[in-house]
Amino acid sequence: MSIQIINEKCTGCTLCVKACPFGAISIINKKAVIDLGKCNLCGACVPVCKFKAILLERPLQQPQAKDFSQYKGVWVFAEQKKGKVQPVVYELLGKARQLAEKLNTYVGAVLIGHNVEIEAQSLICTGADTVYLVEAPQLANFLDQPYANVLIKLIHKYKPEIVLAGATFIGRSLVSRVAVKVDCGLTADCTGLDIDPEKKILLQTRPAFGGNIMATIISPNYRPQMATVRHKVFPQPELDKRRKGKIIKENFPLEDLSSQTTLLDVVEEVENLVNLAEADIIVSGGRGLQKPENFKLLHELAEVLGGAVGASRAAVDAGWISYSHQVGQTGRTVAPKIYIACGISGQIQHLVGMQSSKIIVAINKDPDAPIFKVATYGIVGDLFEIVPLLTKKFRQVLKK
Amino acid sequence: MNIIVCIKQVPETTDVRINPETNTLIRDGVKSIINPFDMYAIEEAVRLKERFGGTVTVITMGPPQAESALREAISMGADEAILISDKAFAGGDTWATANTLSHAIQKIAKEKGSFDIILCGKQASDGDTAQVGPGIAAFLDLPQVTYVKKIEEIKNQKARVERMTEEGFDILETPLPCLFTVVKEINEPRLPSLKGMMRAKSAKIITWTAKDIGVDAQQVGLAGSRTTVVKIFHPPQRSGGQKLVGEPAEVVDKLVELLKSDIV
Repeated sequence: MSIQIINEKCTGCTLCVKACPFGAISIINKKAVIDLGKCNLCGACVPVCKFKAILLERPLQQPQAKDFSQYKGVWVFAEQKKGKVQPVVYELLGKARQLAEKLNTYVGAVLIGHNVEIEAQSLICTGADTVYLVEAPQLANFLDQPYANVLIKLIHKYKPEIVLAGATFIGRSLVSRVAVKVDCGLTADCTGLDIDPEKKILLQTRPAFGGNIMATIISPNYRPQMATVRHKVFPQPELDKRRKGKIIKENFPLEDLSSQTTLLDVVEEVENLVNLAEADIIVSGGRGLQKPENFKLLHELAEVLGGAVGASRAAVDAGWISYSHQVGQTGRTVAPKIYIACGISGQIQHLVGMQSSKIIVAINKDPDAPIFKVATYGIVGDLFEIVPLLTKKFRQVLKK
Repeated sequence: MNIIVCIKQVPETTDVRINPETNTLIRDGVKSIINPFDMYAIEEAVRLKERFGGTVTVITMGPPQAESALREAISMGADEAILISDKAFAGGDTWATANTLSHAIQKIAKEKGSFDIILCGKQASDGDTAQVGPGIAAFLDLPQVTYVKKIEEIKNQKARVERMTEEGFDILETPLPCLFTVVKEINEPRLPSLKGMMRAKSAKIITWTAKDIGVDAQQVGLAGSRTTVVKIFHPPQRSGGQKLVGEPAEVVDKLVELLKSDIV
């Protein structure tokens, strides 16, 4: 692997300098120079160069003559909590259907838990052809080892060609372990999944470097091809009550179900009842709120809208609200239908956590705040005036 | 208590600003820093050492410059630092990286006799995958607890910890050795002491190559990666939309009208 600047073509235009996520390129004597110590060979500079002056050579992957014809099916890990399948699973099933149709194969859902059979039908109604049902008292709650054991054995037995899981706390923890154990690649937080029409392999697109560049990743020489996807990236499919599918019950010996780690207690935090990752509407506050009491204004608006309350790192670091509300690079990534940013300036680290929201509303006193660059609707004004008015107006309109 | 902390050097991106004229990132003089999440792992390791005694060994896989990250970890209280560096490691995905680090950990275990805890940050701020920690646990066949926000108690080679969840947290008990990935809530990383900085300056950093850790060069770096990047592109820039202007009551009416249909 190597990268070099073709000096004859380089004009010193600095486009590549701006594109480099690592600050590895500088202009010396009107030519771009790459600091190979900082360069990660990511290739972000190559397409921005208008003069084709950057040469990035990757070793050609040796096409391994592996026969994957016995690998069939697109699987979804049907994460459940307290016996309820999580919404991201249905979003994944919708996507899995599209992928399966392009591959001319079936959609499988792996449902692991205790007394969860009742959920199998809804998996079928949203796209699963086969539900692999594994039930045992030891599996009631998620634990890394037994869940991994079960998923690994099912993968070995049925040989799916693709396995998808939600990029949740559980999903990320589980499939990271499973991928190593089944010796496969895994791509985190995909925002796009498609099938290469010729090679019939999974094209996995994800943001990298804090969302500044997008990368398309493949895993052509290993099966299954595995990926995680965040909440709300794909739409939830319509429920089709007439869909038919089969349920295959699998039993596992006790040794597979045992866990070194034991769950002593599950604590739900009252203030966190609305799950940020799943909320359709988020009202978020930053430094502009000035003091902790003022989050009350946001809670009121969120309540009227049936949404959740988020916060910028500045507000969390100031101790105004707990970390579980933090949106951004070091907090949660969210993609609600509506994100209302109140008194948030819009530092890049916050933007990467919310910029895939469908509609962004920004309320800020500073007309130059970067948040307005991404806002669908921007209001330059005093949030202490605007937010209570908004709450009042929505209460009228929504008749609450 | 012997603790191993896995860290990564990343470009500092959190303070990057957008140039309002060109709408591009201002990246002049981007520094390399320890992945912010790994700072919590280092701090927690040092706190555990202070509570229970033992040693803290910090390891990183990276180019020779990553040595500065290791020195910073020493200034915070780590005892030893090992740089795992080899041209063969370049371009590795999470599988190849976890494989490399687990080989290095096995070598440490062999030399020291054992270890009790492996600590990692929950994810790196540049790759954001959160896959390497559990990957190491899988390679070493260790129990793992991810997203740990508190290590409450360690007694009789068992740890009681809190794992963050979407709704709150779980309380788990796990035998040691175990791998934990930690979140920001777990602690407040200290600033290096003067004494620590002096120690960091003179500390000897050990470098291990692929051969040293006994890993197959075909199973690390780009060659050993199970995934391949085939395309890199810039995401479509989200452009700013409509500014609503007028008296507060007026703009609020406008906004409610615009949003109404999306709220049901």
